[in-house]
Amino acid sequence: MWPNKFDYVRAGSVDEALSSITDDGKFLAGGHSLLPVMKLRLDAPEQLVDIGRIPELQGISANGGLTIGAGATHDAIATSADVQAMCGALASACGQVGDQGVRNFGTLGGNIAHADPASDPPTVLVAVGASVNIQGAGGSRSVGAGDFFVDLFETALDDGELITSVSVPDLSDHQSAYVKFPHPASRYAIVGVCVALKMNDDGSCDHAHVAVGGATVKAVRCSSAEAALAGTTVDDAAVNAAAEAVKSDISEWLAGDIAYPESYRQQMAGVFLKRAVAVAQG
Amino acid sequence: MTTRIFGSGIKRREDPRLITGEARYTDDIKLPGVLHMAVVRSPYAHANIVSIDSSAAEAMDGVVAVYTSDDIGDGLAGLPTAWLIPDSDLKTPEHPALAKGKVRYVGDGVAIVLADDRYRAQDAADAVVVDYEELPAVIDPEEAAGEGAPLIHDDVEGNIAFRWVMGDREASDAVFDAADVVVSERILQQRLLPTAMEPRAAMAQYNPATQELTLWCTSQNPHIHRFIISAVTGLNENKVRVIAPEVGGGFGSKIPCYPDEALVSWASIKLGVPVKWTETRSENYLITIHGRDHVQHVEMAASNDGTLLGVRATVYAGMGGYLSTAAPGIPTILHGLLYVGPYTMGSVFCESIGVMTNGTPTDAYRGAGRPEATFLLERMVDNVARKIGMDPVEVRRKNLIPAFEDGYEVATTLIYDSGDYPAAFEKALDMAGYGDFRRQQKSAEADGRYLGIGVTAYTEMCGLGPSQVAGAVGFQGGLWESATVRVTPTGKVQALIGASPHGQGSETTLAQIIAEELGFPVDDIEVIHGDTTETPMGWGTYGSRTTPVTGAALAQASRKLKDKARVLAAHLMEANVDDIEYADGSFSVKGSPDQAQSIQEVALMAHLAWNMPEGMDPGFEESQFYDPPNFVYPFGTHIAIVEVDAETGVIDLQRYIAVDDCGPQINPEIVAGQIHGGVVQGAAQALCEGAIYSDDGQLLTGSMMDYCMPKADMFPNFELGETVTPSPHHPVGVKGVGETGTIASTPTVYNAVLDALAPLGVTQIDMPLTSAKVWSAIQSARA
Repeated sequence: MWPNKFDYVRAGSVDEALSSITDDGKFLAGGHSLLPVMKLRLDAPEQLVDIGRIPELQGISANGGLTIGAGATHDAIATSADVQAMCGALASACGQVGDQGVRNFGTLGGNIAHADPASDPPTVLVAVGASVNIQGAGGSRSVGAGDFFVDLFETALDDGELITSVSVPDLSDHQSAYVKFPHPASRYAIVGVCVALKMNDDGSCDHAHVAVGGATVKAVRCSSAEAALAGTTVDDAAVNAAAEAVKSDISEWLAGDIAYPESYRQQMAGVFLKRAVAVAQG
Repeated sequence: MTTRIFGSGIKRREDPRLITGEARYTDDIKLPGVLHMAVVRSPYAHANIVSIDSSAAEAMDGVVAVYTSDDIGDGLAGLPTAWLIPDSDLKTPEHPALAKGKVRYVGDGVAIVLADDRYRAQDAADAVVVDYEELPAVIDPEEAAGEGAPLIHDDVEGNIAFRWVMGDREASDAVFDAADVVVSERILQQRLLPTAMEPRAAMAQYNPATQELTLWCTSQNPHIHRFIISAVTGLNENKVRVIAPEVGGGFGSKIPCYPDEALVSWASIKLGVPVKWTETRSENYLITIHGRDHVQHVEMAASNDGTLLGVRATVYAGMGGYLSTAAPGIPTILHGLLYVGPYTMGSVFCESIGVMTNGTPTDAYRGAGRPEATFLLERMVDNVARKIGMDPVEVRRKNLIPAFEDGYEVATTLIYDSGDYPAAFEKALDMAGYGDFRRQQKSAEADGRYLGIGVTAYTEMCGLGPSQVAGAVGFQGGLWESATVRVTPTGKVQALIGASPHGQGSETTLAQIIAEELGFPVDDIEVIHGDTTETPMGWGTYGSRTTPVTGAALAQASRKLKDKARVLAAHLMEANVDDIEYADGSFSVKGSPDQAQSIQEVALMAHLAWNMPEGMDPGFEESQFYDPPNFVYPFGTHIAIVEVDAETGVIDLQRYIAVDDCGPQINPEIVAGQIHGGVVQGAAQALCEGAIYSDDGQLLTGSMMDYCMPKADMFPNFELGETVTPSPHHPVGVKGVGETGTIASTPTVYNAVLDALAPLGVTQIDMPLTSAKVWSAIQSARA
């Protein structure tokens, strides 16, 4: 509860934030991932550059796809009509982060920069093939969500780089869902599954997006589960096959804790894949 | 009076300040010149301290001093254990405020830092370099009592702190040898973290000129804190003032006197300035006492017709690294004496072994020994029922003690005060629709759904007393309470009590008792507590004793005042005392109702003393010491209905029915609140709570990220019912209700889940029943 000493700078623009950050500094947005870690003295940055009030990082725009400012709060995303229309699973996931107080302050950019493996939004971003827009002293770049999350609390961000926004494809013609099995203690995901199905007029599945988080060290795209669904009518046999496939898709990335071990989470990924498909098909 | 105030569900007067954040807790109190204390704590469960280097810390900005046990020397005596169980070969190893040469659990204090700022104190604490030589650690109490376990205290051979035996082993053997059926189970009562909403805090201010020490601290019993602080510091008790300001819950965890309270006191005496310490939640989980931690080997004997014959258990109770204030009393007196519960069972035997381990010290946690007894009893009754193929409800019905009004002696030698167990039992079954449920359960099973029901009949002992019994069982204190009812000249009431409520709503409940007795409007009555200088002596708020014991003292003090008022009113109205009638706060003369004196008028005249009857002293104030003649024994029946999702192991608690009898209810809303909170706390033990240590003694559930506190959305709306059986020995007939929910709910929920899993072949799962464990048990049973 007693963080180490740090300097504090409030930046008015992205450029100012990038020029202010020092080697031992961190960007502070909503503070709902970083501050708890600092209060426990698990991390002790010497400087915080507050990016929470930079206008360029705010807002959600829809123009053939979604561009979500890094500073958009979970609540803003969960309640955005554009997000609900273009990527219902993302609205759903952001609506399941923490509690209302956390969602009012916590931001998408801060969330993915922290890269907690049991957090909800990354699973959807990886499933739908979102990209993370990054700016640094040397310019800007864009990284696919699947490459952005590297490992436990580890991302593709380099020192001094800032996430400016996240681009999410328009999936309004997909049926999507994010279904979470919350840890009873923390309410983070024991397992979270995102499914987005593109169905053809003839009732067959054109393609499927599937990703799993919570059970893994990072959100993992599940290609064999996707393959098990594509081209089928998403009947029981196909869904059961996908549920089996998802367990092997995540097998090399499994993570667990003292109460909910890896083996259990792996099995639950299959169960919750089935439930996610059912919710997506509504 | 249209509505009786006694029995009225008026709103808790405590709530406005609590809800709006205006309550003043220890940490809210600011004193000029205060130094902040941070404690350097052991990261090892068991280690020798090789060296401590505080030079870097001492050189840091704002740091006034760093002290170790060497600096304290004889300045602080070891913290006492205050429940010395007789005939148990009890060992009380020294518990120094800071470790001397050796640490015995993660969090054990090694040094203190005093600085002008809380952050700087923490920075400096991090800069104290301690060199440890790590030793093998042991956490499991049964293992710690076994061969080859690391020795934690040199003077506690085999780590056995005490061995308490209740009952006759040979007589028990005879019953069990002759029984048709014997069932057995190894039951783990996992460690629980009490988690009061307010962590602990302490601030001491020593005045060198007057040699007086004031200690503000989170205490359930400031008078006990006063004499322990007096004892460890060597200050005269009349020079020590302990104030428990607003205290944000305790559940037993704020009964003990901890090293931290002693350390701020010592440091303030040493430096002559105020010293403050406030626990973080992380510290709270490491150093504030834990509850439960039993390994129990339990057997029950029964006849084929379902008659319960006897119960017996060997209990390994984990004490942690030191013996906390009341710790030895919890798995012994407060546990074994409850082994017959509400049943006519004639044979009991308990061997309870208190074992030192490298865990955090354990002590009283809501229910304290009684939940651990009720659980094993109710679990074994279900096991008996399953073994002989009888409905568990039928087994209970067959064995319940019939209704009694004034005394029923059971095999544990307790004399229950009053009870009508069958009435509460049948009422709960009616509310639950037991027969219908069993039919529903069958049809659900045909659809692959697993429903279960758990039924617990319980009684418990609370309102502990009389003091003679406390002494006989080794409790180093009395168990009476005292109270003063003081009426001001304008007819407003201050009730001063020695007990120290901390969230129970007692300020409201106790005011209702006085209002009922004396006729003052309830809002004209203040209940004052928590300051040893302001309030009369009392032993504190725990064990569901404040309403029964303090309430009785207040009722009797009020009755003394009423007797005085009657005489004075008669005198003022020039009437014969025998002709005075009292109703609703007014004294009138029989036959002439126009002639009346209100209680307020009488109080004023008593203060003015212009016209007193001969021999009557002025003033309007009475005090009462009340030593209860016996415990009180609330009872009831709880029922839980659950559905288990076999695919995930997730438990859905669908209904919870609680029929409790705590005698006449003073405030039904507060009673309901106590039952709601108690049920949640007890159900959480069954479902989700449990402290987990690594093999080397690290607490893995060190925060709420891993330690699963119950949440509102885990519970249905509780269905409460009541029966009313007054205690025959109590002035207003009431029994305690603070712990009944916790005592009854753990086995109720557990048995419901195991009932649901029975068709799948699952017979036992250690608590808590996490979905992962339930799912694994289902997989194993299917394999």
